[in-house]
Amino acid sequence: MRGTKKQAIHPLVLRVTHWLNAFAIVMMIGSGWQIYNASPLFNFTFPGTITIGQWLGAAIAWHLAMMWLLVANGLIYFVWTGASGHWRKLAPPGPRAIWADMKLALSFRLKHDTGAYNAVQRLLYCGVLLAGVVVVLSGLAIWKPVQLWPLSDLLGGYIVSRYVHFFAMAAIVAFLAVHLMLVALVPKVLPPMVTGGRQ
Amino acid sequence: MNRRQLMLRAMALGLIPSLTGCDYEDPQHPDLADKFLHAMSAWNDRVQAALFDPHTLAPTFRPDQITRPPRFNAFYDISQAPVVDETTYKLELGGQITDKTPWSLTQLRALPQQEQITRLVCVEGWRVIGQWGGVRLSDFLHRVGADTKCRYVSFQCADGYYSSIDMESALHPQTILALTFLGAPLTPAFGAPVRLRIPTKLGFKNPKNLVQLAVTNIYPGGYWEDQGYNWFSGS
Repeated sequence: MRGTKKQAIHPLVLRVTHWLNAFAIVMMIGSGWQIYNASPLFNFTFPGTITIGQWLGAAIAWHLAMMWLLVANGLIYFVWTGASGHWRKLAPPGPRAIWADMKLALSFRLKHDTGAYNAVQRLLYCGVLLAGVVVVLSGLAIWKPVQLWPLSDLLGGYIVSRYVHFFAMAAIVAFLAVHLMLVALVPKVLPPMVTGGRQ
Repeated sequence: MNRRQLMLRAMALGLIPSLTGCDYEDPQHPDLADKFLHAMSAWNDRVQAALFDPHTLAPTFRPDQITRPPRFNAFYDISQAPVVDETTYKLELGGQITDKTPWSLTQLRALPQQEQITRLVCVEGWRVIGQWGGVRLSDFLHRVGADTKCRYVSFQCADGYYSSIDMESALHPQTILALTFLGAPLTPAFGAPVRLRIPTKLGFKNPKNLVQLAVTNIYPGGYWEDQGYNWFSGS
């Protein structure tokens, strides 16, 4: 024990943005699935029990309302991550470190160091942050293919943007599945994301 | 309560909105969620108006990119499309317009015409490419002495559909009163005798089978807009 003031595992900004983002992303995915159902890209639709907004108009209204929370909260997170030095904990690891930690993780021997991210975590977090940026940019390209035409062109046009948006969503959903499974396996990581925790 | 229960509850939180009735279900009796969505939609109208650049043109396409066969879309089946008698047809004018003399189809066809091959993006997500020809709406508004300082241009249709657009979008060079589709006069299903064609907005903002056009400062709403679709719905 060096000082009397113990450091929080998760700083307040991180915790607040995490839970606001959790709410926003669930709303965006749920309403997005309902919007998808109006004109499916693939040979399936999402069951109505897991979509948000009971018809297309309501789903779009939720989607275009919650996008502001998702983007504003995301910007606060990115600015804070850059300014506070938090990015150092997240910086993408080299392939060797990923390989070493991946082997440990798959054999359930990877140690969970509280407050520090191992190579597999860094890879997943960087990946989902990238997917978040792509999902927002492709969403803007779908929303405003005329006014934001350079963005639309960059992403390959209106139709391609819809596929990009879908696959970025799928990547986020895949992350969430792993993320929630790991929390279920190591439940002690959940309370610090609420209380901050002390180490 | 153990942690696992806590976690399940946290996950269940995400499902609550789909379980409650906050879904623009009943526009006459808005609940708290409806009011929130309305406020956000009004905010999105303002953002889109600010984002709208009158000089940005919607993309145009080559003739071989036109969607064939064309796709019919309305809130009813194609067999129900209203048939308007073109010999007696008159486009009525209303609101802040100096010369409200109704226009016959022959008179509209005598005005300078503009052709475009543009993309129609539906609010559902699909898009088609079509060719439309007709009178530039800004030319028409100036010709009849419309007060272009008013905020809205509204449209009434033969099938009871109605919609409205902002004046800035109405004056956009690609916004036309379309008289032709795919090089031939409009058919009832595709909006005969006259429809609005506005490639800078979503498909439902392109009302068909027009019977009246008005210029006003009083928010006119629209068939879908009044049920919850975003009013500006710019593209």
